[in-house]
Amino acid sequence: MSVDQATVRRIAHLARIAVTEEEVPHLQGELNAILAFVEQLNEVDVSGVEPMTSVTPMAMKKRQDVVTDGGIPEQIIANAPEREGHFFAVPKVVE
Amino acid sequence: MTDLTQLTIAEALDGLKQKSFSATDLTRAYLAAMEKGRGLNAYVLETPDKALAMAGASDARIARGEFGPLEGIPLGVKDLFCTAGTRTTACSNILRNFVPTYESTVTSNLWRDGAVMLGKLNNDEFAMGSSNETSCFPGPVNPWRRQGANDTTPLVPGGSSGGSSAAVAAMLCAGATATDTGGSIRQPAALTGTVGIKPTYGRVSRWGIVAFASSLDQAGPIARDVMDAALMLRSFAGPDAKDTTCVDRAVPDYAAAVGKSIKDMTIGIPREYRIDGMPAEIQKLWDDGAQILKEAGANIVEISLPHTKYALPAYYIVAPAEASSNLARYDGVRYGLREPGKDIVDLYEKTRAAGFGKEVRRRIMIGTYVLSAGYYDAYYVRAQQLRTLIKQDFEQAYASGVDAILTPSTPSAAFGIGEKGSADPVEMYLQDVFTVTVNMAGLPGIAVPAGLDNQGLPLGLQLIGRAFDEETLFSVASVIEKAKGRFPVSDRWWG
Repeated sequence: MSVDQATVRRIAHLARIAVTEEEVPHLQGELNAILAFVEQLNEVDVSGVEPMTSVTPMAMKKRQDVVTDGGIPEQIIANAPEREGHFFAVPKVVE
Repeated sequence: MTDLTQLTIAEALDGLKQKSFSATDLTRAYLAAMEKGRGLNAYVLETPDKALAMAGASDARIARGEFGPLEGIPLGVKDLFCTAGTRTTACSNILRNFVPTYESTVTSNLWRDGAVMLGKLNNDEFAMGSSNETSCFPGPVNPWRRQGANDTTPLVPGGSSGGSSAAVAAMLCAGATATDTGGSIRQPAALTGTVGIKPTYGRVSRWGIVAFASSLDQAGPIARDVMDAALMLRSFAGPDAKDTTCVDRAVPDYAAAVGKSIKDMTIGIPREYRIDGMPAEIQKLWDDGAQILKEAGANIVEISLPHTKYALPAYYIVAPAEASSNLARYDGVRYGLREPGKDIVDLYEKTRAAGFGKEVRRRIMIGTYVLSAGYYDAYYVRAQQLRTLIKQDFEQAYASGVDAILTPSTPSAAFGIGEKGSADPVEMYLQDVFTVTVNMAGLPGIAVPAGLDNQGLPLGLQLIGRAFDEETLFSVASVIEKAKGRFPVSDRWWG
């Protein structure tokens, strides 16, 4: 499978990465090189093979559903690029 | 007094115990070496004040008769491990000013055991790369150079843990933390004549390490020799309530496994690793390694791991898919870079375009594509099915009585900066052809230096073990090390 330029633009938008028109042909070439490389997986008969979900068989650790941490709003917003009080500030989302 | 930076961790621990020198003396020696070695770009941040404060605290503990397993040992930390109050960037512009308010479990364990932090080490951006050329900082340089009249071509130290491997090889730290998603500990170790171990998935907590591909990422040390790697791994490993994939298993005394007899062990040689176009010197290195193990009493058997060739292509679906979802968190809202936009989506798109480098953007896009509607089964599910088959190959080999598997670490020695992957990204990806299978199967793997190529550059051998049997790897690797010796850089050209 290979991607066309419209698909490159669509993927970039899904990934929330702005791309310029000049970048599109170059990205298309690189993505197609990788897709051509992974194409060889189609040689293998995978019928009936379980897809791996956990690399080592393990039971998920559980803990009590109780609050174990908190009261640290200053730490949580310490790296915010823009803040108002203890809130993250973003451009207006709802009109 | 001899140069304290020449001491291995085991030797330095002895010297500190005998009070031949103080932890502060040791740290000062490394800080001086780091200053001279700045041209290697191994460190992206030096933390001398923190180092001296930690060394002072270590001296106070020693004076009180307390002595941790890594007491007073100065270490470098890959800039992928969050360090509280110390900038942690993943070598990405999107995190260029990020200062964590918490400490990763691995580094917490190291400081608990008495170690000292010298600074943060260079790596490929978000650990995506095999040459450390994708870092947003000037790339690290391999302390090794090709032999021959005035060949000063700068070589890569491997990646993604290239700052770690360069710093350990140049003796700018006693040992370093590293992470390995497809070979990022073992390949840089091989390219710099150092020892690196990727533990079994789940052996070491991933908490507080900037995530790349969560089902593949695992932290481990890069060290000067097998014993130092064993000493470090003991502090790295252990249960952690903050990582649900980190196992509740006691940590063995890995150092006790170093130097243990390997008599009657069975070592598998997988025929599928004899790839087309493999350089004759790599084949010879591999044959020599098998001979050494045979002479030490091991049985050498040829084995088959039939799905080997599919590991790398399957990896280039699974890893970008997981990366695309892990890196969705960098949105310019909660931390990191923000580029203004006309609305929230425009803010996201501009921030991520400006903050991520080329390779990271490429992998996020591949990951987004293979997970998108209509392609999920064809790519992602198929890759995970291949992963099951790859793991079954290893399980069958171990069930037949194989204790460990011997392979080369890399298909080549260190190459020149800018030499690979500029036209076709796949050319660089092939660096991980021998290491990536191990991540796909969640197994432990160690890279140990075993010789030099015809240009005088180090080459490594890899040993792959059963899940949670790192001890066998340390025993077998130490046999190779004993036979071949260590590979320190002879020409310290950087100062």
